[in-house]
Amino acid sequence: MSAIIDVRHVNKAFGGLKVINDCSLQVAEGSITGLIGPNGAGKTTLFNIIAGALPLDSGRVFLDGEDITNHPADELFHKGLLRTFQIAHEFSNMTALENLMMVPPRQAGEHLFATWFKPTLVRVEEAEVRRRALEVIDFVGLHHVRNELAGNLSGGQKKLLELGRTMMTDARVVLLDEIAAGVNRTLLGDLIGNIERLNRELGYTFLVIEHDMDMVARLCDPVIVMAQGSVMVEGTIEEIRNNPAVIEAYFGSTPA
Amino acid sequence: MNEFVFFINNVVIAGSVTGSIYAIGAVGVTLIFSIMRFAHFAHGDMMTFGAFMVLLLTTLFPQAGAALGVPTPLIMLPLAMVLTAALAVGLDRAFYKPLRAHGVKPIVFVIASLGVTLMLQGLIRLFAGTGGQSLYVDDRKEIFRLAVPLEGVRVPVVVTEPQLYLFVLTIVAVVGLHLFLSRSRLGKAMRAMSDNPDLAQASGINTNTIVAVTWVIAGGLAAIAGTLLSLDVTFKPDLSFFLLLPIFAAAIVGGVGHPYGAIAGGFVVGFAETLAVFNWSVLLRPFRDSLPEWLSLPGNLAFVGTEYKIVVPFFILVVILVWRPTGIFKGKVI
Repeated sequence: MSAIIDVRHVNKAFGGLKVINDCSLQVAEGSITGLIGPNGAGKTTLFNIIAGALPLDSGRVFLDGEDITNHPADELFHKGLLRTFQIAHEFSNMTALENLMMVPPRQAGEHLFATWFKPTLVRVEEAEVRRRALEVIDFVGLHHVRNELAGNLSGGQKKLLELGRTMMTDARVVLLDEIAAGVNRTLLGDLIGNIERLNRELGYTFLVIEHDMDMVARLCDPVIVMAQGSVMVEGTIEEIRNNPAVIEAYFGSTPA
Repeated sequence: MNEFVFFINNVVIAGSVTGSIYAIGAVGVTLIFSIMRFAHFAHGDMMTFGAFMVLLLTTLFPQAGAALGVPTPLIMLPLAMVLTAALAVGLDRAFYKPLRAHGVKPIVFVIASLGVTLMLQGLIRLFAGTGGQSLYVDDRKEIFRLAVPLEGVRVPVVVTEPQLYLFVLTIVAVVGLHLFLSRSRLGKAMRAMSDNPDLAQASGINTNTIVAVTWVIAGGLAAIAGTLLSLDVTFKPDLSFFLLLPIFAAAIVGGVGHPYGAIAGGFVVGFAETLAVFNWSVLLRPFRDSLPEWLSLPGNLAFVGTEYKIVVPFFILVVILVWRPTGIFKGKVI
């Protein structure tokens, strides 16, 4: 399998603090790759760099062989690279349903003139997007709050809305940043099933930052461990669990 | 009844005129704030620039309107809107975009816009001169006196031609803006970006496009406001600059970042101004005889003199900031 995301020797510092230190990693196409590591390892910063939300200091990032270093997030979105945020983002002044309806690109309504002169076309497409948004909102279990302002949703519901957002368009790679944090156990099962289905049926590749080891074990293969801004080790969850270096990175010292 | 017609002329019509101009100006200010998060002080001079373009084009082609039976300045307005929109985008590219790229604090933008204000005003003064000039170069300003068909009413309702155009254009601009913001995807994208710029970008919204569109709309509206103002009175290089305070007051009254609020705020401030300078003794005069003897009606009974009109928006601003800092409609205050 070829690498759909290829990060090569990336460096990033905030002032004097070196957050990403010569980091290189590959995500195989069609995989659900886990990205774990202690707090401050640079996982989210790396996400921001891949997704174009943060400029890097040096190094390169490739999406399916194409150099996307420092490309803006909206351009990457149209290339099929989507991300969710660790702290859930939402359009707080729009309803949950409207939040999802913001996503699909290239509608007729995007053109100024169509709004005024082709109202029928706009309405038909709008109805189509709405239908899809309703499907997605049912899927992530937010049907009962679809008409609530997104700003009023709970933290867990906002996380589900984030996942829903990635399902509104045909993505190739989805970066999930702690999607399970704050989501209750029953929903978590649905969520995992959901991610697996998107992966299997639609061929989405996932790169997942997660602290919940059970979820990582169920979902991710391979797993990449980051520490101090670079990749420490990569392997199956079993290999990771039995790696003394990983245990040391997490707990500070090898248990006696 | 004569007194009532006087009230209509001096408050209802005058207030609507001022209110419309403030409203259109305030919408531009509020849109720029909601997308770029800074107070754009050069807005007044963008308005002046729009009016100046109309003056320039009208002077160049004074006969253009006669063929269509419309005053020439009005024919030139769409062109002036395009030119002002281009100026707005150009100003952004030259002065604000580099600042954005460096991620500076909002106050730096505000100071930069002050610099742009001085520069624009100087340039317009350089080319237009400092005196007042009528935008009606070759046409005559039509004044309509509508007699009120009631017995004993001698005072007519007076409306000038530019005022009628002003009402029509304001309605068209407001309806057009509403349709754009609520229906078009680009308008929704603007709302999305003002709500959460990071998420907007992660949802595939090109923020550079949105910024440019915002400048185009703000520039076009500024040209309308400046031209309508200059049509109503005369064109002066510093005319719109003195409107900055009431326009910002209108934007804040309505809730910063809230376009419909800005329209409401514009009319609130406009009417407050005209009501404050209105001579109320005119309305009380018919009841002069029934007043007690110790109370004599003064000749002028206005809240503030016309020359102190500018304190009214100040006063409203203070009241709003103390008691309802988010504005009438809840805007985004940061």
